[in-house]
Amino acid sequence: MKSIFSEINVLVRKEVALEWRERSNLNGLLLYTISTIFVCYLSFNQRRVELSPITWNTLFWIIQLFTALNGASKSFTQEAGGRHFYYYQLVSPQSIILSKIVYNALLMLLVAFLGLGVYSIVLGNPIQDPWMFTACVGLGAIGFSSSLTMVAGIASKAQGNNTLMAILGLPAILPMILMLIKASKNAIDGLARSQTLDEIMIILAIDIIVITVSYLLFPYLWRS
Amino acid sequence: MKGAWWKITALVLMAYTIIGGLLLEVPRLDILNETIRNLYFHVPMWFGMIIVLLASMVYSIKYLKSQDLKHDLWAAELANTGILFGILGIVTGMIWAKFTWGAYWSGDPKQNGAAGGLMFYFAYVILRGSFKDEEQKARISAIFNIFAFAIFIPLIFVLPRLTDSLHPGNGGNPGFNAYDLDSKLRLVFYPAIIGWTLLGVWFTSLNVRMRTVENQLLENE
Repeated sequence: MKSIFSEINVLVRKEVALEWRERSNLNGLLLYTISTIFVCYLSFNQRRVELSPITWNTLFWIIQLFTALNGASKSFTQEAGGRHFYYYQLVSPQSIILSKIVYNALLMLLVAFLGLGVYSIVLGNPIQDPWMFTACVGLGAIGFSSSLTMVAGIASKAQGNNTLMAILGLPAILPMILMLIKASKNAIDGLARSQTLDEIMIILAIDIIVITVSYLLFPYLWRS
Repeated sequence: MKGAWWKITALVLMAYTIIGGLLLEVPRLDILNETIRNLYFHVPMWFGMIIVLLASMVYSIKYLKSQDLKHDLWAAELANTGILFGILGIVTGMIWAKFTWGAYWSGDPKQNGAAGGLMFYFAYVILRGSFKDEEQKARISAIFNIFAFAIFIPLIFVLPRLTDSLHPGNGGNPGFNAYDLDSKLRLVFYPAIIGWTLLGVWFTSLNVRMRTVENQLLENE
């Protein structure tokens, strides 16, 4: 058990170092989010209408969703094919998938919070319970990365990667995003926090299911 | 005829479901009226779908353990039957909804969950189509099948229970048991579940046999 944690630690550091050297993935994702937000802002502001909180919230999560899809789809295609064989000899497949999930979660957290900042500046900020909303964004980033990392692994094995990533990923993320939209709507309306507890528990439960299933199945995926 | 007993059972149960379901006496209830007979078609189809999809997942696990392509074939064909039942379930549900809730689609969480779940299995079919290598196809789609079923369950069972739903047994609505699934309804309802499930297995076995023959022909060419 101890070895798997140290392996994950090393692998996550490796991912971060690789990313930091080139920063292509991070910068690409940031630009993707910001330009999407900007396009939404320009499209909605044609007639200077205020967005209703429901539209504001839904639009925010849809942007997050597509950013996450884009970010996760690169998880397994970034590195040259031969290098996977090298990892195969060094570490266990479980630590590979867990480290990818952790790394994607870190990346998504960064992009999601920067996105939220830009989004609130250009499209206004109707949130009444900012801490709760922040917690939702954090949960969302972690949830998206855990659902989508395994899907990215599956999609990377097939041809026509990009379309496949979207059609496999969208249903996988559906329960998560429904719960997130509900929880964050409660935060926008400033409802009592105990009201949102159910949704948060469900999100965590889905996370646990998805991570467990990924943990169990990845060794089979890896072998091919 | 040996080994055909369950096919005969399926036929008898289906005939009983259709004839008994349409002719036997049912409780008279407001709004539902005679549409309550849809209970013998809509609900058992969903049960059948869940059972068939569960079996499909079990075959996927078996495939991963054994690497036997026969198991993969069964998993794929069971998923196809599950999709067929799912579509039939949605259509019968929509017709029922039109006459009781007033619209074909009212954004009920169970309707939405079912549609999302079907999207998963359509994606499964498309995923299967995008491989050239048989072994690779079998392994990756088995992995996706297990993954899909693990997420499908909260989508269809857990989430609707948390929100307001028009379906009985959800969001504080009493289930059928509470007031109107009296013994008369059970008399047809339980046989109907078994009948639909057996029919689904029969469909699947026919498809599997056809595929096996097709593969054999391709190999001989």
